[in-house]
Parts: sequence; structure tokens; C-alpha cells
Amino acid sequence: MSAIEIRNVRKTFATKDGDVEALRDVSLTIDSGDIYGIIGMSGAGKSTLVRCMNYLEVPDEGAVLIDGKALGDYTEKELRKQRESIGMIFQHFNLLMQKNVLENVCFPLYIQGKKKSDAHKRAMELLEIVGLSDRAKAYPAQLSGGQKQRVAIARALASDPKILLCDEATSALDPQTTSSILELLKNINRQFSITIVIITHQMSVVREICTHVAILKEGAVEEQGLVSEVFAHPKSQVARELISKDTGADVEPVQVQTPAEIQSGKKLRIVFSENSAFEPVIANMILTYGEPINILKADTKNVGGVAKGEMILQFMSNSTHVEQMMQYLVERGLEIDEVN
Amino acid sequence: MWSKQVVDMLITGIWETIYMTLTATLIGYAAGLPMGILLKITDKEGLHPNAVLYKILDTIANIFRSIPFLILLILLIPFTRALIGKSYGTTATIVPLTVAAIPFIARMVESSLNEVDAGVIEAARSMGAGNARIVFKVMLVEAKTSLISGATIAVGTILGYSAMAGAVGGGGLGAIAVRYGYNRWQTDIMIVTVILLIVLVQIFQTIGMLIANKTDKRK
Repeated sequence: MSAIEIRNVRKTFATKDGDVEALRDVSLTIDSGDIYGIIGMSGAGKSTLVRCMNYLEVPDEGAVLIDGKALGDYTEKELRKQRESIGMIFQHFNLLMQKNVLENVCFPLYIQGKKKSDAHKRAMELLEIVGLSDRAKAYPAQLSGGQKQRVAIARALASDPKILLCDEATSALDPQTTSSILELLKNINRQFSITIVIITHQMSVVREICTHVAILKEGAVEEQGLVSEVFAHPKSQVARELISKDTGADVEPVQVQTPAEIQSGKKLRIVFSENSAFEPVIANMILTYGEPINILKADTKNVGGVAKGEMILQFMSNSTHVEQMMQYLVERGLEIDEVN
Repeated sequence: MWSKQVVDMLITGIWETIYMTLTATLIGYAAGLPMGILLKITDKEGLHPNAVLYKILDTIANIFRSIPFLILLILLIPFTRALIGKSYGTTATIVPLTVAAIPFIARMVESSLNEVDAGVIEAARSMGAGNARIVFKVMLVEAKTSLISGATIAVGTILGYSAMAGAVGGGGLGAIAVRYGYNRWQTDIMIVTVILLIVLVQIFQTIGMLIANKTDKRK
């Protein structure tokens, strides 16, 4: 059974400037154990969608099913009970600033009616998992962003959830801290088999840890599937944009001016898997057809733990063997895709 | 002027002022705190929006806040008499002081609670917390520092009001200042009472800010 099923969900917000359709007919299925990325530009409806998963936002239409049961059928009290099995972390951590780390982690345990001593014991175990047991008595203001997010993760795990929702959880963090938080989430997913939903606008986050991805644009799902599939064969325009923005190092790429004579040629994005690195494919192709090729970009990216080479080639505008060369690449097991 | 009689009178005045101020603040919080919380949660962005209840509380707060205290004091004379048995003296003054304090405190509490980060409240909801828990374990806890400095301001304001009540038969330092300074032209005694009032406000202010800073864990 799927962990989360979103069926034809719609949500409209009334604002001063008229109604805004945050979600228009969104359907998604997230299976148990997935690390599911939901990516989109800001305003695409990602945050609303993730809040529908624990009914912090109630959809206007459609259904949200957790383990096959519709959240809409629950009473307020049952819904609160259900929320205990869905942990959530946030961009700005949302910790209690007036309570220390230990008490923050204990908060959901007190909701469950645990005794103080039991709650403290469990909270210390959780802080051990996130590597912060030595900061139990510290207050959030004394911690770095990454440490605060670790506390928030420990807090979200306190009620033994089956699902963890992450709303832009790494957006306020620097690249190194982001990687360490993602690593932690990955471990949590494996160790406790918790289904993780990650909302982000960074393709690098999806690429690093997600198994599946849905791309959201203006409140609708543009594309969804396995990350490796979408990364290799992006079908939608927005997917291509997000992938091309992803430079792998979370920094803006330096724009290089291409000389005028080669600007008009056809561009091709090719993706190598590890095994295609044995043969010097590009060099052989150039030798075979005797035509120069411009390499606009070459990069290796980590897609779900597998190294994938990515290259953007450009043929000369007077090239006569474009079709044959594309055929040549496909025959050698490379995934190719025309780009603009 | 420093006869034993005057000194005793001033000491009594200090105690009366403290008694009126603290009692009115205490009762004021007993009613104003729940009122402020209700204002916050019945607001349209609140935990449990209720337009009717919000409008009622909001209107009550506005009406009482807009009546000048001296007028309120006079308007409430029948009410005070019904409640205490007389309309003058220290204990009787506590009635109008409290009536003025409640909406004032309610507004202070409401604004303190408005400062609480909506994200923290959302996080608590995501953990399955009910409204009562969110109010008592999240909002009041997170707003602690602001609530304490609000209380400090409330004490100062009520102390000022209590001095005003001296003009119409209240007790305390205000009554002494009016009686000696205004009615008898004994400026020296009036100045002393004013200085004592300033010192009292300073003491309350300092203590309040000290507690607020001491208990603030955000730094």
C-alpha cells in the first residue's frame, strides 16, 4: 500500500488581489520507504501540497490518503492523533526558542502523554542519533543552523513517525551543512524505514538523496517519476530548466561567451552511466565523422549515489553528419536529449 | 515639614499606592490575560477564529481604553459603591483601577502573543498539539519575555492611574500630593510625593526588566 496518496487535490486561497489557485488537480502516489522530492520554483504550490499531507492545509477538493485512509474522514481529535505519525521539519527550524534542546525534543513526547523521565530518556536517544547529545542543555539561540535542524529532526522523530515531511529543510543552510543534513535524512530513511517527502527548489537536493521526484509548476504536476529517469530524460520544459540550473556545487556557474560561428549549431545533452566511461565515445565519434564538436559543459553528478556524467555538446552549424552522430551516441548506450 | 506625622503619612501613602497598584494589576491579569488570549485565538488568523466573540471583546477593549481614567473613575462610582460599600478610599479605588487595567492588559497580552513566530505554532500543530497545549505550552512560553515587559509597563501605568485617583478621594501618594500640593499649596510635600512616585516606578521598572532579561533564552 502506498504511504501517501494525493488524489485530484485542489486548493485556492483568497487574497487581496483575488483568488490564487495554489494547487490545481494534483495527484501523486508516494510509496512506503521512498525519498520523494517535490521540486518547483517558488510559488509553485509545493508548501501547500506538503501541508495537505498532514492537513495543516485542508484541500478544497480531492482526497489525501495516508496508509489508505482519507484524512478528510478523521475527526479533529483523530487527525491530531494521525499527525503524531507524520513528522515535519521546516526551513526556519521552528524550535521553541525559550526551551532548551532536550525540552524541544520532549515536546511531542509530552503530547503523547509520556512522563518527564521517560521523555528525557527517549529524547537523549534521539539526540544521540542526530549527533547532538552533548548539546542537550543548550538553547536553540546558541546553536548553528545545521544544529538547529538536527534538533528539529530529532523532535520530528520523537513520536516514531512513519512519514517525515521536509519543507525546504535545507534552504537556509550552506552547501556543506545541507549535505550533512541530507546524509542524516538518508540514514534515517534506511535505518527506520521512514518515508521521506522533501520539498525543495534545489535540484541538487533531489539529485543527492531522492528516489522519486515530482516537478510542480503553477500548482500542477508537470512531471513525475524516478529521479534517475527524470534526470536522464527530462520531458517537461520546467524539468530541463531545473536540471540546467543545477550546477552540482550549489553555486552559480560562470557564463562563458560562445563564439558566434558555433552559436547556431544544434546542442545535445548527453548522460553517461558509469559503464559507458570505458570507451572514449566522443573522441571516437569525432574521428569517425571527421567533424569538430564543441563541449559546452561537462560534469559528473551524484544521482542517488550513482555517478552520472553529464555533457552538453554542440555541433558546428555547417555539420553534415548530425543525425548520424546522434545515432552513434544512442547506439553506444548514451542517453541523449536535444537542448536549446 | 519633616514632622513624624508627615513621615508616617508618606510611609502610609507608599504602602497604599503599592497595595492599590499590585492588587489592581493582579486582578487585572486574572481577567486581562484570558481576555488577551481569547482576542488572539478568536482573531481571523487565530487558532480558533470566531468573528462574533472577537468583535465583542475588541469593542469592549476599545470602549474602556478610550474613556479617560478620571471620567471612568466617576462613571464607576455607583458600581464601586455596590461592590465595596463606599466609593472613596484605597480599597474602593482598586475597583476602577482594575476595570481600567483589564482591557489595557488584554491588549498588551494580545500584542505579546502576536509576536510569537507563526512557524513555531505550525510546528506544534504538525506534532498533533491541541489548541490548549499550543496556548499554554507554546504561545505563553515563547511570549514570556514580552509578557513580562508588558506586565512591567502595566504596573507603571496602573501606578500612574492610582495617583490620579487621589484627586477624587482615593488613597496613596496621589491623594497626598493633591491634598497638600493642590488644596493647601504645600509644594514641598507635593514634590516629595512626586519623587516617591518616580522612585516607585523606577523600582518596578528595573525589577521587571531584570526578570525579563534573566528569563530570556533567545540570546
